[in-house]
Amino acid sequence: MSCLTGKSFNPVMNRRSVIAGVAGLGAVGILAGCSGNESEGGSTAAADDGSAFKIGAIGPLTGSAASYGTSVCNGVELACKDFSTDDLKFVSKSEDDVADGEKSVNAFNSLADWGMQALVGPTTTGASLAVAEVANQDPQMFMITPSASSPDVTADKTCVFQACFNDPNQGANAATKLAEMFPDEKFVVFYNSGDTYSSGIRDAFVAKAEELKLNIVDEETFKDDSATSFTNQLTKAKDAGATMIFAPIYYTPASVLLANANEMGYDVKMMGCDGMDGILGVEGFDTSLAEGLYLMTPFSADEEKNADFVAAYKDAYDEVPDQFAADAYDAVHAVSLALAEAGLGADADPADVAAKLPEAMTKITVEGLTGTLTWNDKGEVEKDPMVYVIKDGKYVAA
Amino acid sequence: MTVFLQYLVNGLSMGSVYAIIALGYTMVYGIAKMLNFAHGDVIMIGAYISFVVTSYMGLPAIVSVIAAVAVCTALGILIEGLAYKPLRQAGPLAVLITAIGVSYFLQNAAQLIWGATPKNFTSIVSFPVPAFLKAYNVSAVSLVTVIACLLIMAGLMWFTGKTKMGKAMRAVSEDKAAAQLMGINVNRTISMTFAIGSALAAIAGVLLCSYSPVLQPTTGSMPGIKAFTAAVFGGIGSIPGAFVGGILLGIIEAMAQAYISTSLANSIVFGVLIVVLLVKPAGLFGKYVPEKV
Repeated sequence: MSCLTGKSFNPVMNRRSVIAGVAGLGAVGILAGCSGNESEGGSTAAADDGSAFKIGAIGPLTGSAASYGTSVCNGVELACKDFSTDDLKFVSKSEDDVADGEKSVNAFNSLADWGMQALVGPTTTGASLAVAEVANQDPQMFMITPSASSPDVTADKTCVFQACFNDPNQGANAATKLAEMFPDEKFVVFYNSGDTYSSGIRDAFVAKAEELKLNIVDEETFKDDSATSFTNQLTKAKDAGATMIFAPIYYTPASVLLANANEMGYDVKMMGCDGMDGILGVEGFDTSLAEGLYLMTPFSADEEKNADFVAAYKDAYDEVPDQFAADAYDAVHAVSLALAEAGLGADADPADVAAKLPEAMTKITVEGLTGTLTWNDKGEVEKDPMVYVIKDGKYVAA
Repeated sequence: MTVFLQYLVNGLSMGSVYAIIALGYTMVYGIAKMLNFAHGDVIMIGAYISFVVTSYMGLPAIVSVIAAVAVCTALGILIEGLAYKPLRQAGPLAVLITAIGVSYFLQNAAQLIWGATPKNFTSIVSFPVPAFLKAYNVSAVSLVTVIACLLIMAGLMWFTGKTKMGKAMRAVSEDKAAAQLMGINVNRTISMTFAIGSALAAIAGVLLCSYSPVLQPTTGSMPGIKAFTAAVFGGIGSIPGAFVGGILLGIIEAMAQAYISTSLANSIVFGVLIVVLLVKPAGLFGKYVPEKV
């Protein structure tokens, strides 16, 4: 989230920072249930007496990115209930970091004082970079971020893991998927050259596409300050004969792109990444424009296999869960399996957890909400990318 | 050739939106001699009003345009009365800073009222365009925008040239003190200028958002700055200058994106501006008025 400074006007933004900025005020009302409270998993007996494993969660619960932090904390809380067994109970505690690196480190310290044994968080990239440095210092603390997507978060840190794809992986996966699904289309890559998320995915996509011999006929860019109209870029793409757009961009410019293409009468297929998730929720958006839009996103609340989770989440928080909640839920799931793998119990020392869990993480397989997850020793997740297509205003597996 | 014409049409349509906004800037600057940096945000308010009327109240598009014009005109008079009138005798810098303050105030007020989440503006003009025009990227919105732009410019030329109020405006623009001595109500004339400028902003807002459907509190900022550039380019204070400046800016932008680079387009647009100002400091249509000492 606006990288290291935490200021919302920083032009260099990471994944999700843009949607964070624009999702803004609407999110303030939904903070209930996750405001720095300790909640017990399973039974009420498992409190501070050392009989439950303590998981800390960090994310912005206030400010413009509040909806993401709230989802992460809710996901962690719900997962702690669901994955508590008679042998190993989980309790969670959430702290607010307002998507700011410095506040996130403070939140981390206060959770450590509480007795946290593993951290699920922080939510945003800037905060995660700051906290990962601290978590990796002696005494180490095991950390898995559900949603910070920069490869720098996990790089060179032994006890830091990611539950979401990082940007380069997402780009490479998109190329692989497109090569499988649409080998004969002519592609145009359309990305925001002023945004690290968008250009990070684009770089990896183009590299992989060359390897797979995808036919890229054109590349078009824009920047945040020229996102008003894309007719010129579309005219160029059309002239180059492109039949499909790969657009690793956020849903706000994507809605302009769809409207412009429609206005021009340019009949073109389009695929986006997880930043496209949310396009159907834009107020006043003509969802018929998004019919047939492909997007690669880790989680769909419409899918049958996630129905139990969606129902439980709705019941507890009165909201449909998003990918942030699902990623956080899977992160806690991974911690519970890794603890069992490492043979650690509720009384484990945090430093011990940080020492043993990384190896256990590389051995486990999580059948999660966001797919089948495994980890490499760099802390990066490996899971099958999921492609959905929008049909009748819903995500359908493609 | 077809593709070239398509770019030209794209440039013309975007350029007409810039031109309508630039006409508002140039009116206010020409008469009140102040840069109203809140102009872009009045555009945004106009678009929101139109959105509320069509989407929430379900009224027809034409009603929403009239509502937007009415609200923005009132808003323009209000802003002028509360924020600028008390500073009539103050230096130009104080007024400029106040205008920036008003701009932030409007953006934040809009964020409080409508939230920061972008809304999707449904185009208010939709009629089928003949196929031979459609082949050149001509859309219903671009037709309406170009026509509206021409009508507005002609209307403004007539108004400032032929009507009594228009003559008063030109008098005020030349010399406020002398105009007052001639019995012209300077305050009323300036309020009237703001009313017209803001009404234009409302129309520009509706057309801008019909063209580019994302509506959020910062919607007016960047087009506002581009249009300001267009006004300076054409010679600020000159009505035909704002029109030509806006259209040229749109076309240069489209051609730069088409034949040079999409990432460099803004640098090229502003580079051209610098060159024009070096060669012709008063802009294309501006009159160079030497300072009398």
